[in-house]
Amino acid sequence: MSSASRLSVAYAVVYRYARIQISNPSLFVPYLLFPLMSFMAYAGGLSRLRSIPGFHYTGGYTSFQFVFVLLQSAAFGGVFTGFSVARDFEYGFARRLLIAAPRRSGLVLGYVGAALLRWTIVATVVTAVGLAARMHIGGNGIEIVGLYTLGAIVNIAFTLWAAGVALRTRSIQSGPLMQTPVFLLLFLAPVYVPIGLLKGWIHAAARANPMTYLLDAGRGFIAGEDTHVLLAFAAGLGLAVLFSLWALRGLQRAEAAGGG
Amino acid sequence: MSLLAGQVATIAGRSVQRTFRQPAVMIANVSFPLLLLAVNSNGLRAATHLPGFPTNSFLDFFLPFSFMQGAIFAALVAGTDLGRDIDTGFLNRLALTPMRGAALLFGQLGGGLALAAIQAAVYLTVGLAFGARFGSGPIGIVVFLVLAMTIALAFGSLGLVIALRAGSGEGVQSSFPLLFFLLLISSMNLPRNLISVDWFRIAATLNPVSYMIEGMRSLIIEGWNGTALGLGFLFALLLLAGGLGASALSLRTRMART
Repeated sequence: MSSASRLSVAYAVVYRYARIQISNPSLFVPYLLFPLMSFMAYAGGLSRLRSIPGFHYTGGYTSFQFVFVLLQSAAFGGVFTGFSVARDFEYGFARRLLIAAPRRSGLVLGYVGAALLRWTIVATVVTAVGLAARMHIGGNGIEIVGLYTLGAIVNIAFTLWAAGVALRTRSIQSGPLMQTPVFLLLFLAPVYVPIGLLKGWIHAAARANPMTYLLDAGRGFIAGEDTHVLLAFAAGLGLAVLFSLWALRGLQRAEAAGGG
Repeated sequence: MSLLAGQVATIAGRSVQRTFRQPAVMIANVSFPLLLLAVNSNGLRAATHLPGFPTNSFLDFFLPFSFMQGAIFAALVAGTDLGRDIDTGFLNRLALTPMRGAALLFGQLGGGLALAAIQAAVYLTVGLAFGARFGSGPIGIVVFLVLAMTIALAFGSLGLVIALRAGSGEGVQSSFPLLFFLLLISSMNLPRNLISVDWFRIAATLNPVSYMIEGMRSLIIEGWNGTALGLGFLFALLLLAGGLGASALSLRTRMART
């Protein structure tokens, strides 16, 4: 009964966010455009970097950047969902949602479901553009499933992060707080060139950054050369577990504050 | 002081005050380009190994990017303020006063320009502290700042056009991806002759932002390059003239509607 009510709350939240996205293209279009623009700029403008001595990646520069943009869209999908949660609190809708939900953890589950739904659409479009740009896919079916599973884990983890922030601050003003750490994690990974070509402090930062292993594994999957697979899944799932605790504690804070 | 100058000063003063009253906006707008500068100047350092790359310091190459991003933020600040004035009915009330349209437009650019000036000072200081060297010397730094402020003014005028057409601050904010796209699809990351994808190189060549960046970059990397500098100023002034002209027309339409 309790898991059924949790699921029904989650379904209601997913339905509500899907309706909002459909009726307000201005909320969805920037989220769709951002990865496409990044893909065009990086894969198009920086493809010459593949001729740098020491750049050993067999999948081609378009695939190299595709994986980054796919994971970037997954991460920022989570952040954008956090914005929606914060907006609901700011406008008072979340207070009514908290009163109406019999199992409030279903709300967090709903945020995750809504973010995954949105990312699925964006990932489909980004993949279509990647294929149109003739990106090379060397991986087999299982490896490609692995790549999108990594993306889904990143999306879930960062949705939980952003929801945790939104549930604590309950204000859209906390937008920079949600996105800056995500931005830093993403861009302190080897975005433009493999980690071996990074020098100085950014190399050390990339080594310590879990996103590096997710990127490496994703790039390995698409090239058909598995790299850091276990480490990547462990890092992704670790982040997801950590941030689910963060989000659930945030929900408790929001409940204690009466949703206001 | 002439009547027009007095009106410009009043509106500009209000615009500057509004900008400074939002420290969160100021901090975010100043720090975000710095963050990108730190990450990209290190992450893309390997690009200096490409044959034909014009310098061995990616910081020197990439520094103008921060100023360009600052110009985009100036557009957003100027545009959002005007959009909010339209949204709240302030512009309608202003239409009942003897305030001239030109004064409103020039004055509204004040906040964005003030922000751009602070950004420019911060980026220049950070750039020099981390080893950026101007091949054009101290006079080149002054010219660089003049060009950066002209570009900020030009983008600010673009922000006004967007605000007058959208009629809301939210509309201006949602134009950010479009403005950022202009930056992404330029020669900001690599010199145009090193861009190997044809369509991207053509898009970057057609994009005026490339010439603005190259104008600023030339003062750092090359010293004095009249062509690059001239093109940088030319496109900045053209954008400024186009932006002010289009916003004057849009303002007339908006005033007629009220």
